Amino acid sequence: MSGLEDLYREIILDHYRSPRNRGQLESPPAHRTEGFNPLCGDEVVVYLQLADDGTVDDIRIDGQGCSISQSSASMMSAAVKGKTVDEVRALTSTFKAMMSIHEHEIGGDGTESGAGDGDDGAPADASGELPLGDLEALRGVVKFPVRIKCATLSWNTLSQALDEHAAAS
Amino acid sequence: MSTDPANGTSDAESPSIDIGAIRKDFPILDQQQDGKRLVFLDSAGSSQRPRQVIEAMNELYYHDYANVHRGVYQLAERATSRYEQARHTVARFVNAASPDEIVFTKNATEALNLVAGSWGRANLGDGDAIVLSLLEHHANIVPWHMLAAEKGFEIRWIPITGDGQLDLTDLDRLLDGAKLCGVTAMSNVTGALTDLDHVVASAKAAGALVAVDACQSVPHLPTDLQAMGADFVAFSGHKMLGPSGIGVLWGRRELLDAMPPFLGGGGMILNVTTDGFVPDGVPAKFEAGTPPIAEAVGLAAAVEYLEGVGMEAIRRHEVELTAYALRKLTDDLGDALTIHGPAEPAARGGVLSIALEDVHAHDVSQILDTDAVCIRPGHHCAKPLMKELGVPATARASFYLYNDVDDVDALSSALVKARDFFAL
Ligand SMILES: Cc1ncc(COP(=O)(O)O)c(C=O)c1O
Repeated sequence: MSGLEDLYREIILDHYRSPRNRGQLESPPAHRTEGFNPLCGDEVVVYLQLADDGTVDDIRIDGQGCSISQSSASMMSAAVKGKTVDEVRALTSTFKAMMSIHEHEIGGDGTESGAGDGDDGAPADASGELPLGDLEALRGVVKFPVRIKCATLSWNTLSQALDEHAAAS
Repeated sequence: MSTDPANGTSDAESPSIDIGAIRKDFPILDQQQDGKRLVFLDSAGSSQRPRQVIEAMNELYYHDYANVHRGVYQLAERATSRYEQARHTVARFVNAASPDEIVFTKNATEALNLVAGSWGRANLGDGDAIVLSLLEHHANIVPWHMLAAEKGFEIRWIPITGDGQLDLTDLDRLLDGAKLCGVTAMSNVTGALTDLDHVVASAKAAGALVAVDACQSVPHLPTDLQAMGADFVAFSGHKMLGPSGIGVLWGRRELLDAMPPFLGGGGMILNVTTDGFVPDGVPAKFEAGTPPIAEAVGLAAAVEYLEGVGMEAIRRHEVELTAYALRKLTDDLGDALTIHGPAEPAARGGVLSIALEDVHAHDVSQILDTDAVCIRPGHHCAKPLMKELGVPATARASFYLYNDVDDVDALSSALVKARDFFAL
């Protein structure tokens, strides 16, 4: 099962079995955004609570999905807590760049944004400024192209939540 | 290797099928993935096709291809006659009253869109109702939603039983005042076979037409459209050993005659002026533009292949294989496994939607792929049904005439591996 160990790293299985920040927040005041993976029917619901100073005060993840989408969401929730919106956007860019290595290699122009989420406001690009920490474990997913959308589902949903929040305030 | 011969219960008329010989006709099945024999269990998604189909299409392209219904040169006449011959072959296969009732489309989805877009648009309005079932594929839901958004008619839903079959208890009430009932003949998720006799009788009594999505049944069961008594029936070539790019809408002649065209263009008119057009008769009226010519010839070759093996024999083989699979998977995996759909093999087709503890279907399929076992994870274009079953997705294994007990054994041991991999 050589390839499989690349995909299902122990830390991924750990987040899948014991997801962090699982549940709901009262909305409002929290912002609630749903994301769908039309391919497999996975659904993720992100509850985002921003503090007055623009940092992520609290986040909860709800919905159903495979080990990759659930662990990615769990790791994401742990990674963004306490970060500013700009930092979250930068982290999102870094993560999505890691998930699109394949596109770069086959001659993509590096603007991969399949889900059409708003990357525009991201200050940092994929220069690796932001440490991904545990999220590095998801790097193996790019070898399984159909699963990339599983890994990016929660991130796209979070980006959408930030956009909606920015538009509303 | 072949399956066990029928357990003495079968009638002698249709002999068991020779899997060894059949597999030789499907070159694609004879391959290895990472040193393992490819185990193809996604025929409900799209079947594979035998050499005979590929060769029939090649032959047409090598010797007999031109656009149809247009040229007067001999090559064009040969192509036209091959194309029209294909319509006859399909009509015979499903026992349609006339080949004129066979409309070639791109796929079943287009066939169902034709019913909604032509018959539906002309006959449904505010205050009307149609009845669909919770087993439907999106192909028999979304065209009606699209039209309902425009016309404002009501869509009522036939519920399902706990084991994934249609619950027809309240059908008469649902049909009261309805103009059409759209049902699948066999679920692509639970494998449940619809009691079409019941549905057709109730619909007739209520004055409603019946549109049957026969995408999963025509490839696997003997089909007699005149005996079925429905009004529209749709199916796809690529699920019945034929090529992709061709589907069929069968419609009752009087209905097709009365319906307005669906797509407009060349090939579907008698006359066109600057003021308007006069449509041709059926089936040309519904075949605008250059049709899938080689695909029709390939579909006819697929039908001939199926007839050669025998639909009764294919059905019996699949029932036996499904019965074996239900036993084997339950023995090997016990409580870890849930199989959605009827427990009785005779009440279902060879489609097994599997839930393995709480391991997600995507993960199950990924692990199975490392053993070269091809199954399909997902919602199978049946999201209302997924909601009803309370799952986001299932892992679906499906059988066809080229599958055997070895394939089932490979499936079972790969599932055991997946269970162990995700076990705490
Ligand atoms: C029951 C059923 N209906 C409709 C379809 C749609 O078929 P196609 O994609 O060939 O139009 C399918 C196949 O996915 C199906 O299984």
